[in-house]
Amino acid sequence: MPVFVIRRLVVSVFILLVSSFLIFILVAHSGDPLGDLRTDTSPNRDQKIEHRIEKLHLDQSDPQRYVTWLGGASKCLVPGLGCDLGQSVRDQDVTVLLSQALSATLQLVTAAILLSMVLGVSVGVVSALRQYSGFDYTITFSAFLFFSLPVFWVAVLLKQYLAIEANDWYSDPRIGITATALLSVVSGLFWGALLGGNRRRRWTVRVVAALATGGVLQYLSAVEWFRRPSLGPGLIALLSFGAAVGFAALLAGLHRRNILYACLTTAALGSVIQFPATSWIEDRTWASWLNIGLLALSAVAVAVAVGFAFGGLDRGPAIRACVLTALFSGLFMISDILLRTVPSYSKKVNGRVLATTGAETPDLHGTFWQNQVDQITHLILPTLAIMLISFATYSRYSRATMLDVMNQDYVRTARAKGLTERTVVVRHAFRNALIPLTTLAAVDLGVIVGGAVITETVFARRGMGSLFVTALNQVDPNPVMGFYIVTAVSIVLFNMLADIAYAYLDPRIRLT
Amino acid sequence: MPEIETPAPATPGPAEPPQQVEREFTVEALTQRQLVFRRFLRHRGAMSALVVFAVAVLLAFSSIGVGGIPGWWDASYTASGQVVDGGSPTLDAMPSVIDGDGMQVGAHPFGQDDIGRDYFALTMRGTQRSLLIALLVGLTATVIGVVIGSVAGFFRGKIDALLMRGTDIILTIPLLLISAVVGRMNDGGAVSLSLLLGLVVWTSLARLVRGEFLSLREKEFVEAARAMGANSTRIIFRHIVPNCLGTIIVNATLTIASAILLETALSFLGFGVQNPDTSLGKLISEYQTAFQTRPWLFWWPGLFIVLIALTVNFIGDGLRDAFDPKQTRVRA
Repeated sequence: MPVFVIRRLVVSVFILLVSSFLIFILVAHSGDPLGDLRTDTSPNRDQKIEHRIEKLHLDQSDPQRYVTWLGGASKCLVPGLGCDLGQSVRDQDVTVLLSQALSATLQLVTAAILLSMVLGVSVGVVSALRQYSGFDYTITFSAFLFFSLPVFWVAVLLKQYLAIEANDWYSDPRIGITATALLSVVSGLFWGALLGGNRRRRWTVRVVAALATGGVLQYLSAVEWFRRPSLGPGLIALLSFGAAVGFAALLAGLHRRNILYACLTTAALGSVIQFPATSWIEDRTWASWLNIGLLALSAVAVAVAVGFAFGGLDRGPAIRACVLTALFSGLFMISDILLRTVPSYSKKVNGRVLATTGAETPDLHGTFWQNQVDQITHLILPTLAIMLISFATYSRYSRATMLDVMNQDYVRTARAKGLTERTVVVRHAFRNALIPLTTLAAVDLGVIVGGAVITETVFARRGMGSLFVTALNQVDPNPVMGFYIVTAVSIVLFNMLADIAYAYLDPRIRLT
Repeated sequence: MPEIETPAPATPGPAEPPQQVEREFTVEALTQRQLVFRRFLRHRGAMSALVVFAVAVLLAFSSIGVGGIPGWWDASYTASGQVVDGGSPTLDAMPSVIDGDGMQVGAHPFGQDDIGRDYFALTMRGTQRSLLIALLVGLTATVIGVVIGSVAGFFRGKIDALLMRGTDIILTIPLLLISAVVGRMNDGGAVSLSLLLGLVVWTSLARLVRGEFLSLREKEFVEAARAMGANSTRIIFRHIVPNCLGTIIVNATLTIASAILLETALSFLGFGVQNPDTSLGKLISEYQTAFQTRPWLFWWPGLFIVLIALTVNFIGDGLRDAFDPKQTRVRA
């Protein structure tokens, strides 16, 4: 494998050199770099033109300019020397611009990628298991629909119909009868399709889910929960236990009592710990990412210990299930704190809770939690816009691979051995279906840094996308080259990681 | 593959001498083309998508005419005029039982833009240009991708390594980056934009074709053709390419669908089609700020983009299912 990595890196360096030269030439010739200065009417116009010619080396030939840029860029490879990627036409250091833009973009796309991966894969897998059912057709049609949507058209629609209407609704947050009825029906259909089973069971699930959803929505509306939202200790405990049962059922099957008891114990510990934990985290002097991280780590450690103690012969699944339960329990606690911060935050932004542009509200001067709520509300719409298309890709792909795997002989053998359907699907089919998905995920992560250009432009977030568009409009090669270098290195690196991961997961593949 | 007439087998029987069985009908095998065609016809989603796509294309090209041939729609997309009623659409699709007015098309069914041009004509013109762009990009990308992929896969060795490194060079550049740069260099017309875009989107097809060629070149029919004296070009284009036609057609269709969306994205960023030419993407990006007051300016071109992309995607999926020999399960 070291030979593979080295050979790949050498070839990649060569490829990057050639393509960066190509891009440099294309950008330099894509317009007139002195365009805005030619129509300038200020008295020192000629000096400005001279200054720009000198800075961008416009008097030199293209290969010379490229070599100058390359000289500066190659200093990045040596850890000691500073990185000199040149300067933009506004005399800003490209490295500074890049690091700011990169962190902004990463903040935007991380949530979208994770959510779309998790949701897309689960929906795709369920869709494959229920091939040709109503659920399958709905999901397939939705996936095609989302593929065919132009991103910014969707983004503008979201801004109007989701943000503005939702903010208007929030001033008087009640749910009407028609909305309740519609949401209940949809929820009933969804849960019926998800849990499956024979006709009678599906109908029972549908009716129960619809009634439950309707009841909950009407209760929330009557109690005006949306004005002062919170989960409360009882609900957190209930949700933690629910997560415990869910993960035990999914990863091990409910008949394996020791794992079930392990998860329930973890959930119980979580429900008890939530009182001191939430008061610690909410305390102003405590609140910071470091402390939250420490708490999360200790929760995981406790979960591992519980899983280990209860595990007996199945330590692995027990530990996994307990860790997931602990993490979800912590997630519910944090959501509770965030929800309780919403009313005070809403007062600060005059009731416009869902933001449509920017990355944060300027001059908010809020507490740590209010800042977090602010950042989250600014992330909701762009994340939705990115997620739509990503979700469609993942669900189609995972459906295709899962179908492929379910038709294999070893799945038939597993069933013939008498294993439960759950074991066959989760332990055998799903794991093998994940292998090609890893390649897709790795490649997707590689392109995501440069791929949110449209979303950033529509939602006015300053990230890699806006850096690129502004620089291209000003015919400024240096920031564009910086953008290119970051995205190209990311693509190449993640492609290589995808190949390595594939070779690691699939023993039939040998790295050449 | 030529149609084969299977000779009718003799029925076994101890007393009867072997003879041709008499039937009322002849048995013949289906060609691959017929098989694919039948499977495609049975795919309901793809067939309905094909019908909708055909209707949309017909509407776009016949309504305002193309290339000098006049259409049946009176208003022109260049003639500005009086803005009637704030430019709101006159299309009324609710029958009189619900609405009272009855269904009518009116003078400006899609409304008018801010200088009074008929928006239906403008949308149709935009659809024509977008379809042209998508088709040209698809065609260019397919031709380039097939040629490069086939040459790389057939000859292997150094040529393959060189061509694949070339493909990688284009692949490492993010598509939007190179399309935007290329779009800026373009003079603003739809045709030149599509040719330039076609030069950058062929990479995935080239890889697929190369993969197919690597396996197909080991088959016996290639050896047989070689033995009969065919040169490499003939083998590639007369023998192997027809066998990869499934993959090529499916990928070409999907390229067409993504080309529409790519052009929309570029126009939004300002790097796509420029004045005086128009396209659906340019229409949407021009009127995005008008969305709150005059939503029809934003809805109609967007709906047409979604419609075209959706139908082409469905057709591509239907073709993929039709060409797939492993498709064993059908709906019960």
